[in-house]
Amino acid sequence: MSIGETIRNSQIWRSIFRHPAPTDRRNRAVVVLTNFFLHLHPVSAKKGGIELSYTWCMGGVTFFLFLVEALTGVLLMFYYRPTLEWAFTDIRALRDVTTLGIMREIHRWGAHAMVITVWLHMYRVFLTGSYKPPREFNWVIGVILLVLTLLLSFTGYLLPWDQLAIWAITVGSNMARAHPFLGHEGPGFQLLNVGGYDLITNASDARFLLLGARNVGEETLNRFYILHCVAVPIVISLLIAIHFWRVRKDGGISQPL
Amino acid sequence: MHSHPDLTHGVIHGLGWLYSLLLLANVGWTLRSYKRDGEFESVLGFQHIPKATVWAFYSAFLLLLAVTHLTSSSDPSQFLIRLPDWFKTIVDYIFSDARIYFGLSMVAFVAMLWKRDYLSTDTVGWVIFNMACLFLAISLTDYDFRQIVGKPDNVPIVGMLFLVGYFTWLYFKKAGDNDRRIAEGRPLAEKELKDEVLVWPDLVYSEMVCMLLLSALLIVWGVLLQAPLEEPGSAVKTPNPSKAPWYFLGLQEMLVYFDPWLAGIVLPLMIMQGLMAIPYIDFNKKGNGYYCYNDRKFSVITFLLGFLPLWVGMIVLGTFVRGPNWNMFGLYEFWDVHKLEVLNNVNLSEYFWVRWLGMPLPSVNSAAPFWEQALQIFKREGLGILLTLGYLMILPHLMALTVLRKFYIRMGVIRYMVLANLILFMALLPIKMVLRWAFSLKYIVAIPEWFFNI
Repeated sequence: MSIGETIRNSQIWRSIFRHPAPTDRRNRAVVVLTNFFLHLHPVSAKKGGIELSYTWCMGGVTFFLFLVEALTGVLLMFYYRPTLEWAFTDIRALRDVTTLGIMREIHRWGAHAMVITVWLHMYRVFLTGSYKPPREFNWVIGVILLVLTLLLSFTGYLLPWDQLAIWAITVGSNMARAHPFLGHEGPGFQLLNVGGYDLITNASDARFLLLGARNVGEETLNRFYILHCVAVPIVISLLIAIHFWRVRKDGGISQPL
Repeated sequence: MHSHPDLTHGVIHGLGWLYSLLLLANVGWTLRSYKRDGEFESVLGFQHIPKATVWAFYSAFLLLLAVTHLTSSSDPSQFLIRLPDWFKTIVDYIFSDARIYFGLSMVAFVAMLWKRDYLSTDTVGWVIFNMACLFLAISLTDYDFRQIVGKPDNVPIVGMLFLVGYFTWLYFKKAGDNDRRIAEGRPLAEKELKDEVLVWPDLVYSEMVCMLLLSALLIVWGVLLQAPLEEPGSAVKTPNPSKAPWYFLGLQEMLVYFDPWLAGIVLPLMIMQGLMAIPYIDFNKKGNGYYCYNDRKFSVITFLLGFLPLWVGMIVLGTFVRGPNWNMFGLYEFWDVHKLEVLNNVNLSEYFWVRWLGMPLPSVNSAAPFWEQALQIFKREGLGILLTLGYLMILPHLMALTVLRKFYIRMGVIRYMVLANLILFMALLPIKMVLRWAFSLKYIVAIPEWFFNI
């Protein structure tokens, strides 16, 4: 018996992998069915549906980039402190002195790439008409995932706390000030008042909700940090799970009827 | 020594490597062409010349370029291969005028749809790719171009342009193939691959290869290009221009034509709702699960129009062209803070009262009770308000009776109304642009008293 076979036949190996090596047809099906990570897939698929020139692999690439972001993000969280005192210096130290500071580069480039691949995935799904029945609702979930991806990127943009960061967020969040009814410079906010006092002011409007303050400041950094590292990732993970589940339940990767 | 040198040793050598990569790709292409493309029957009296000869000559030219750049050691300011000034002038002229920029992008869009079969052949695709690479390479010899395109956060956008271009090309290639199959009564390309295969190994292996390649790409990218880190954030030093993150620059561009409540809130919400509504308003049963164009022209053209010129095109504009004071600058133009642009935009109400009727603008007494104010405002802005209401509430009905009659009959009232309103909202942007360029129109309805300007 070779060493490989000895390992494969050991109790430890067999307790982890509940199937024999995928060397024949039966076991190749079994491995996909019984492995947690592989069971996202069906056992078999139409050749045309998994063709690279058909799917462009953009959904898969987006998911992989999400995993890269999660991994590098967690590593960065060990290092980075979201306070006015430390935020910028920690990022600068990541660039200049920290071992594996390249995690920040990978995190940032991965984030830009993820925004692009989400768009391209959507582009492909549209151009193959894959949103048509029975996949209508999964397209809707996809649109929400697109928005959440942008939100993830937007909240992360602030964290380095350099000029680029705070002014991009200032420009972006100024829009909320003009929210109809809910922004203190938006149309109709005057209608929401009690006894002559405006309910919507610069300390209670949509922008204040987003920033946690009247201007981009320490409260904003804290708010965006939690949104970026905890709140949005939880929601997006749940929706990704539903998105994948629906792909399977709606009949797998789309193909001509 | 010039403080903003167009060329340095580093740039010249970098370009040498870029040309080398392009050369490598073209050597591969020449071999492919030799195997597949056949021969010219006769060229200048020579018989049976392989078509690949053209590519071989081009590759030799690239080799020459690469070697010249890589071995250059003389004074960079004397280096001859650089962008000619007349070319810069033309490109700057196109890019620094919104009318020409959008006009040409619409022409390009229509040409793309019209000549799609020609453009989606392999050879034409490769020619376009090479032209884009050469344009990028030769443009990098310009200092100002490098400042914009070389900004770390802008590098992914250049990559995105190549990807969007490639996938659009691929779409038209596959759609054209299927369109011909349908016309000839042959089965779809996708149907010819309907055999079931096991996911292990046919899918999981390609997934793994993808993951490895991507990981390698991210690491190389991370090593070669440092993530941006500017000066520490300061609430008192406002940069000029202040830009939102690049993926929102299309929205920021809309601020030129609309107030923030529309450009920043209502229109983005409409985009999201519109995207979500697509599966419920597209009643066309054809084109489900395969690439095609002829079977669903309306939906494809609408989506391409929204994605290519109106989304990606506006991001390009916002990123590479908008400079200080949100003025437009040519790709090779210095971002001069003092560049002046005359802005004398006029509201519709002023056109109506002052210019056409020759009367002063009706005044609004801010101390008067609400209803009295509202009446005064309505008098001043009545024309714009009626036009807007007509656009959103009457036009859909007129379209239902005329151009969109077939849609209305097949979709029913609710779905039709959703579709009509989405299209009208999407059209708002081009309409406002054209009005601005043609008549310097600022607002159709201007009620600054209530922060309500359209």
